[in-house]
Amino acid sequence: MTALRTAIRRISLSWTAWHTTAIIVFGAFALGLLPFVKMGLVVNGAILGAIIAVGAIGLTLIYGILNFANIAHGDYMTMGAYLTLFIVGGALSALGMEAQGFGPFTFGYPTLIALPIAVALVAAGAIALDVAIYRRLRDRGVSAVVLAMASLGVAIALRGLVQIVWSGDAQHLPRQSKPVFHLPMDVRVPPDAIFVALVALALVSAVYLTLTRAKMGKAMRATADNPQLALVSGIDTQRVIWWTWGMGAALAATAGILLAVFQAQMLPSMGWRFLIPLFAAAILGGIGSPYGALVGAFVIGVASEVSTQWINPSYKPAVAFGILIVMLLARPRGIFGSSG
Amino acid sequence: MALLEVSNLVAGYGETEILHGVSISVDEGEIVTIIGPNGCGKSTLMKAVVGLVDVRSGRVTFSGADVSALPPQRIARSGLCYVPQTDNVFPSLTIRENLEMGAFVRNDDFSERMDEMFDMFPDLGSRPSLRAGSLSGGQRQMLAIARALMLDPVLLLLDEPSAGLSPGMVGSVFERIRGINRAGVSLLLVEQNARQALSMSDRGYVLSSGENRLEDEGQALLDNAEVARLYLGGSRDRTESDSPK
Ligand SMILES: Nc1ncnc2c1ncn2[C@@H]1O[C@H](COP(=O)(O)OP(=O)(O)OP(=O)(O)O)[C@@H](O)[C@H]1O
Ligand SMILES: [Mg+2]
Repeated sequence: MTALRTAIRRISLSWTAWHTTAIIVFGAFALGLLPFVKMGLVVNGAILGAIIAVGAIGLTLIYGILNFANIAHGDYMTMGAYLTLFIVGGALSALGMEAQGFGPFTFGYPTLIALPIAVALVAAGAIALDVAIYRRLRDRGVSAVVLAMASLGVAIALRGLVQIVWSGDAQHLPRQSKPVFHLPMDVRVPPDAIFVALVALALVSAVYLTLTRAKMGKAMRATADNPQLALVSGIDTQRVIWWTWGMGAALAATAGILLAVFQAQMLPSMGWRFLIPLFAAAILGGIGSPYGALVGAFVIGVASEVSTQWINPSYKPAVAFGILIVMLLARPRGIFGSSG
Repeated sequence: MALLEVSNLVAGYGETEILHGVSISVDEGEIVTIIGPNGCGKSTLMKAVVGLVDVRSGRVTFSGADVSALPPQRIARSGLCYVPQTDNVFPSLTIRENLEMGAFVRNDDFSERMDEMFDMFPDLGSRPSLRAGSLSGGQRQMLAIARALMLDPVLLLLDEPSAGLSPGMVGSVFERIRGINRAGVSLLLVEQNARQALSMSDRGYVLSSGENRLEDEGQALLDNAEVARLYLGGSRDRTESDSPK
């Protein structure tokens, strides 16, 4: 009996976030092995999850460090996609760069050139918005709800701006159709999905390295832990806030571009409609925890994609929302949420 | 001229005024202790000095410069470091990362300073990659002090460094504090273990309801009958009965 008890105790002590993650990932693919679940949907969901993760990590960082629920996060995604379109179709095509079908991908190298420029523009815009609006509100000591409402206003304004400039019709980056990869178990992977997954992986690793190795990344975590102690340690928390906006918005913009590539089209409402999966992923993992957002995004991506086997795809956000509600009832702090 | 000079300080939170004109000073090399009943404004005084609470009127000068209107990070850079009463470590950061954050404004190589801290606090040095949130109360307090020492402060403000510690641990914390002072750091303490703190202090202040009540040499305050009755309690050792949770 005691031996059993110590064994259980030892297992629960050495239980780490990695174990939980491993179980979730293996669980998802085991799901795909079931005869009534298509493996292709699981794979598709994992790729969608990668896009959600890139957005949700930024959202959760901004929430954890600024205590700010950024309702405009989805529209930062939209801005990223449309600015890329603008740069590719405007400046680069004027320079004679009109290539499509780069390697196995549908898009051309002009998209790869435009991507970092658009991302930098969105990051700079997010910092400018903080200076122009959010900092003033913070300095007046307004509540988190007022800040969230201000960002709702920004979200509506950005979406309107996109609609005025680019119209409400669907648009797409210049593309050339390319053969789809056929894998066993009837899994078909479009080549662009590989690009999406690779970029997402690179970004998630970059965020991880920044937060654990870079001085500014550690200062971000310190500020999230205790802003007052950060101040009295000599950390310029205003600078930390701007870095957080820059990083969070850059991630959002990239997620928007990846989504536009993956879905082969963009709409002014694409980011706004992505907000529920973003928040669901962030809250599912434990809001404020970047690692949690990654795992949460995977769960939301796979679950909403697999659900389309039985229910209408337009209910995907409802699936994300449903998972979120169940999670909040069962474990309000999220999978990796800390106490307090 | 005193190293730290607080004169007629008025400060508070929102509508409420907590400090109604407090004056204290710390000379170079001194240990100065502030005692007073719960809620009389000791912590508020420290927060106002380090810039976390706005100074409404009065002046705070440090090394001759007026710091009353400076933001906290600028005050820390000038050599005045502070250990808060509660929440004084970054729980999700490791021990080493906490010390790195203490040295955030240093652009030089501070690994030597970190090694000194690990020598001074061997508990921290033995497992530097442990998360601060998993440390015991005493180890946390050591880490909080070490974090504040990373900038080589001229003056260190410690808000109840012995609160909540076991009697054995209290003695060891006081021993370190004495050592820090011997190494040339001036100290301003707030303490509930008034007897122990005053006995090692050059001077002490008694605060009550946000005003100066008494000021004297440490030993003289210990011998003062009124202080003894009001703040030192009857027993010799108040470490157990007096430590707030
Ligand atoms: N952040 C705050 N907002 C509003 N009031 C506060 C705040 N912090 C402290 N107070 C109030 O200010 C008064 C003084 O608090 P302070 O923490 O300075 O007392 P203290 O002397 O340090 O007490 P203790 O011995 O319990 O630490 C108390 O009445 C307290 O309730
Ligand atoms: Mg106090």
